[in-house]
Amino acid sequence: MIRFNGICKNFGATRALDNFSLEIGRGLVYGLIGPNGAGKTTAMSILATLLLPDAGTATVDGLDVVEEAEKVRGIIGYMPDFFGVYDGLRATEYLEFFAAAHHIPAHRRPGLAKTLLELVNLPDKADVYVDSLSRGMKQRLALARCLVHDPKVLILDEPASGLDPRARAEMKEIIRHLKHLGKTVLISSHILPELAEICDAVAIMEKGRLVVAGTVAEITAVSRGARQMRVAVLDRAGELAGFLATRPGVSETLADGQEVRFLFDGNQAEQAALLQAMVSGGWPVVEFAEIRRNLEEAFMAVTAEGVEDHGGN
Amino acid sequence: MAEINPVLLKELRQRFRTGKTAWLLALYLLVIGAFVLGFMYLSWRGSPGIFQPDRSRSLFIMLSVTQLVLLGFVVPGLTAGVISGERERQTLNVLLTTRLTPRQIVWSKLVSSCAFVVLLVTATLPLYSIVFMYGGIAPGQVLGVFGFYLVTIFLFGCIGVACSSFFKRTGVSTVTAYGLAFALAAGTGFLAVFLHEMNRLQARGGISPETWHPAFLAWVVEFLQDINPVFVLMQILLGENGIPTGVNFGLPGWAVYTLVYLAAGVLLQHWSARLLLPGKRRWRNP
Repeated sequence: MIRFNGICKNFGATRALDNFSLEIGRGLVYGLIGPNGAGKTTAMSILATLLLPDAGTATVDGLDVVEEAEKVRGIIGYMPDFFGVYDGLRATEYLEFFAAAHHIPAHRRPGLAKTLLELVNLPDKADVYVDSLSRGMKQRLALARCLVHDPKVLILDEPASGLDPRARAEMKEIIRHLKHLGKTVLISSHILPELAEICDAVAIMEKGRLVVAGTVAEITAVSRGARQMRVAVLDRAGELAGFLATRPGVSETLADGQEVRFLFDGNQAEQAALLQAMVSGGWPVVEFAEIRRNLEEAFMAVTAEGVEDHGGN
Repeated sequence: MAEINPVLLKELRQRFRTGKTAWLLALYLLVIGAFVLGFMYLSWRGSPGIFQPDRSRSLFIMLSVTQLVLLGFVVPGLTAGVISGERERQTLNVLLTTRLTPRQIVWSKLVSSCAFVVLLVTATLPLYSIVFMYGGIAPGQVLGVFGFYLVTIFLFGCIGVACSSFFKRTGVSTVTAYGLAFALAAGTGFLAVFLHEMNRLQARGGISPETWHPAFLAWVVEFLQDINPVFVLMQILLGENGIPTGVNFGLPGWAVYTLVYLAAGVLLQHWSARLLLPGKRRWRNP
């Protein structure tokens, strides 16, 4: 549904996107994560037809964002990271204005505004001036605004930034609902656990480049290199740590009470062989499992090089 | 039935819903009314109970010039923030991802701002009725002056919109728009007088050797006074050229003024719309 192909974008001497390529399937909720300045907003702006790439192509549903920008605008809903609302307009008028701007016939607009306000849980705010709404309500109204023309793709840049936990939870529920409606959602956020909860897949960006992309499980697997393992035994944990340290692929062993933690660099067959060796050696193994990393840890791991670079400056 | 442009409808709704609009209208009428009544008071003070028609004509001229000066202040001020204000409020990007074209956006912004200025000018009609009450002015002259105002409002508005599209900040845009409006209203007049004097000096041999061809200078002077609002207003009111140059463009001064202002305004609007296209913007998103 969405394809970036070798996109480059410079702002003066700053390279915001550097040969950025990514494919996003139809109906997915796709997370875009990366440190500040990674190029997420630039990538989203190009997709939203607000910026021209210096090189490369980007398409939405097969439509080129440069050559067929007007058609692209008809199938995307864009919510920028920072946005304002108009003074002196009521919520219904605000939505009707954007519906008119998307050439929705006049007779359909009042009903559409009502439906969308219900979708984002703001039905009682229809006649309230938008500038008097709370930040969370404005975010939800902006999301409703993105939907006035029933777009196939939603581009949401940090939709939950600055929201309190309740508002974030509401936003998350709305995005889940949009997925059920069949929308393809590209979403960026700094709140990684929440992205992990709602996204089918994520892409990690750094310095304008794609570092890794895939499902959350795939990302954490790719990012870890050597996996962190944990073995629980009934006794002789110290001896087991010494034994493991001599095995190929094992490093950084640490005995702690009745368990041993270590890093293991090997495939599943090698992992099975290691377990067999421990059992054959007479250690009473009660648990042997991988300690799974979450998205935040994966993000920190794959962007560690960048963090070190920043720290050196 | 053709539908009204949504940006225009929204702008009109926002503008006429606030109390600020009523206050601005009241202030405008107060200032212009104070000038008119003050002028009448000063005229009558010397000869109580008598008001001569030639004074009515002077009142009309004074009222028209005051209105022109006020328009010079109001129009750039109203239009110089229409695009940059959207940018500062962070609403422009959202607007640009709709099906509206940049051209539709800049034209609707111009029309909505100018509609308010036209309302201001129309609201002064009762003051003109004072002039009619005492005679001395033909209705055609009043219509001519109002037509002249419309053309002037159009170009001053286009200058404001263009500055607003070009500059990121409304403050810079407003100062530049006022500067350009002043250059047009006063600068062209001063330059016309200066070049005319230079031409006369050349003719008398006061400048040697001759710097510019006298016919060319006369042409430039005529053009400058034909695009100067004050000179053109005086031409409409008094029926004569401010500076006799002997040059004839084949059209009356007000017609040259109208053609130049309309053409310049359309070009500025085209440029403003281009500035909003991706790749043409001087400001960056991220």
